[in-house]
Amino acid sequence: MTQPPPSGRAPPATKDNRQKLFERAMSRQAYAGHALIEVLHTAQELFGHLTPELLREVALKLKLPPSRVLGVATFYNFFSLQPKAEHTAVVCLGTACYVAGAPQLVQALERRRCACAAADADKEAGPARLSVQSARCIGSCGLAPAVVLDGRILPRVSAAQLERELDKIGITA
Amino acid sequence: MTPEDLNERAAAERARQQGFRERLHCCTAAGCLSCGAEELKRDLTAQVEARALSQQVEVQGTGCLGLCSRGPLVRRASDGAVFHELTPSEAGLLLQPGDAAAEAALAAKRLDTAHPFFAHQQRIVLENAGRVDPERLESYLAADGYSALARAVSELSRQEVLAELRASGLRGRGGAGYPTGVKWELVAKQPGTTKYIVCNADEGDPGAFMDRSVLEGDPHRVLEGMAIAGYAVGANQGYLYVRGEYALAIQRLQGAIRQAEREGLLGPRVLDSAFRFRVDIRIGAGAFVCGEETALIASIEGGRGEPRPRPPYPPEKGLWGQPTLINNVETFANIAPIIRHGGAWFAAIGTERSKGTKVFAVAGKTAHTGLVEVPMGTPLRTIVYEMAGGIADGGRVKAIQTGGPSGGCIPERLLDLPVDYESLVGAGSMMGSGGLIVMDEASCMVDVARYFMEFCRDESCGKCVPCRAGTVQMHQLLERFCAGQAGEHDLALLKELGTLLREASLCGLGQTAPNPVLSVLRYFPEELDQRLHHDAEAAAAAAATEPA
Ligand SMILES: Cc1cc2nc3c(=O)[nH]c(=O)nc-3n(C[C@H](O)[C@H](O)[C@H](O)COP(=O)(O)O)c2cc1C
Ligand code: FES
Repeated sequence: MTQPPPSGRAPPATKDNRQKLFERAMSRQAYAGHALIEVLHTAQELFGHLTPELLREVALKLKLPPSRVLGVATFYNFFSLQPKAEHTAVVCLGTACYVAGAPQLVQALERRRCACAAADADKEAGPARLSVQSARCIGSCGLAPAVVLDGRILPRVSAAQLERELDKIGITA
Repeated sequence: MTPEDLNERAAAERARQQGFRERLHCCTAAGCLSCGAEELKRDLTAQVEARALSQQVEVQGTGCLGLCSRGPLVRRASDGAVFHELTPSEAGLLLQPGDAAAEAALAAKRLDTAHPFFAHQQRIVLENAGRVDPERLESYLAADGYSALARAVSELSRQEVLAELRASGLRGRGGAGYPTGVKWELVAKQPGTTKYIVCNADEGDPGAFMDRSVLEGDPHRVLEGMAIAGYAVGANQGYLYVRGEYALAIQRLQGAIRQAEREGLLGPRVLDSAFRFRVDIRIGAGAFVCGEETALIASIEGGRGEPRPRPPYPPEKGLWGQPTLINNVETFANIAPIIRHGGAWFAAIGTERSKGTKVFAVAGKTAHTGLVEVPMGTPLRTIVYEMAGGIADGGRVKAIQTGGPSGGCIPERLLDLPVDYESLVGAGSMMGSGGLIVMDEASCMVDVARYFMEFCRDESCGKCVPCRAGTVQMHQLLERFCAGQAGEHDLALLKELGTLLREASLCGLGQTAPNPVLSVLRYFPEELDQRLHHDAEAAAAAAATEPA
């Protein structure tokens, strides 16, 4: 799944004003059905992921069949129906990064992710600690291979360097 | 703002710029930003203030300087020198002109701008990269910004704009190379008053970032091109469909639209004329197929980005069923210079059938990587060996790949091909949007083909069966080759499916998905063969000797 680096586009959101900001975003689009994708973008920026309740609300307010809303939300890679993990690593799997060895980086990350998931298995349910995603070219081909770790680009990164960065944020083997 | 105001504002900004003893342009495009360009610029600004030089030295951001592998880059306006990989203390040396010691210390960080990487470039689309601050309208005005739009709306008739464009011979930069002038005339001819301009900024080719650098480095130029198109074809509304991943580009475009509307360069009275033009941004949500024009239209309308059969083509029935002009970012970026200098000027650059320049994002195993803009007709060999410096550690080039998942590989021996639409298609690849990946002897061509097929499989929208099921099958077959488990009939099946996808798919994604495989079959059949026989034998041998 592709995910952009945090854009800083959304206004500062607190728990209580999110609903208001969301409502305002929809009214700015005049509740038009063709603004569905914009509205889903805003919803995800505010709430992190798209819950069934959110999707139902969008359908109601934009006067669209729920099937249409779900259809669009699941068509695009960008929208997530699952809660976000604590940390996100996006490996670029664009051509330049691929030929520069990105697949090894995915392996390294997956090993860590599995290790974390195993360690957390007996804890109570919560968001996962690390999510490993891939992007198709993040536009840093001159610096291949590249990984975006929590919004920060790591240029020309090796598996060993990547593991050190993971250590720093507490994603240990 | 009237055209006269525009001239005055531009002149005032040029005078302001000349008032500085030195102007330092820090590249703030994506590549340099990921190597600390923002920090460098902040630090340099602080140093200027600390030394009380604010009146004499200006520090500003600018678009991609090209050599992304050496970022962060800084350009010194007084002599055009470009410095690479600067630390803050080294950057401070730039503030000591005439200091021989400082200059000597900087010499090691100075890029040789006579190097073919720079010398062979001819910059039209990227002419402002390194000169204009993408966040300041004035800076664009000083570089003749919006003068082409002013000329169009105040001096030229719609017919005259269309005629210039036709004379220029410009062809679409989004991949297929359809003549832009012809497309504009098709839309202009349609009856009705509701028409749309759409800029395709969904740059999907994984390994290409030209459009991104234009959007980030020179957003006003794209807006100007769209507005000229609106004037010429009679449209009052434009949409910019930008990839969701391009957060910085979106932010800069939003800023640029706001500035242009505030100054009357867009809006109800463009440059005080009767022409009205508005641009809205639509943000993509991560689907490659949305680069295809009919899917893109479906996505702007708020639906699933699934293509539909053509005809009718968008110039007849596009967005909301109305005549719609869709062009690529780089196509729009060429418009203002064509109107400024005339179609004949543009037509004098390039080859018989491909005019102007093309921007390539050169990446892969070469010594230098980054963006280059070369005149059409430049041999690929010049780009790969002279400009990009060949393979980094003296290895040998095996092949290059252009056109992304719709293109193919071109073996080393064919590198004398000139860059133009026809010769690349003839070689079984295509111009594509401009990604150019260089591979060395260590790269396995079968694996690269598998990679692109996996991409198409993941990105197939699922609407038509040949593409949805065919890409899955072809990918599985290629997996078998990579694992050394493929037999003779797998090879036959691969070829058969390739033809089927090409003939029967609904849109360009499926139709061109077999290209990378077919080009491996054409140029590197031995690599597939090797895996077929030897690996199969080796696997059989290994299985036989394995302890039970
Ligand atoms: C699968 C697919 C993906 C495409 N992706 C892009 C893209 O990312 N950017 C683009 O400008 N054109 C893309 N195109 C081409 C567009 O459909 C369209 O031809 C182009 O935007 C027209 O603009 P032009 O005439 O200026 O080239 C794609 C086509 C297909 C079939
Ligand atoms: S391929 Fe990874 S940044 Fe372009």
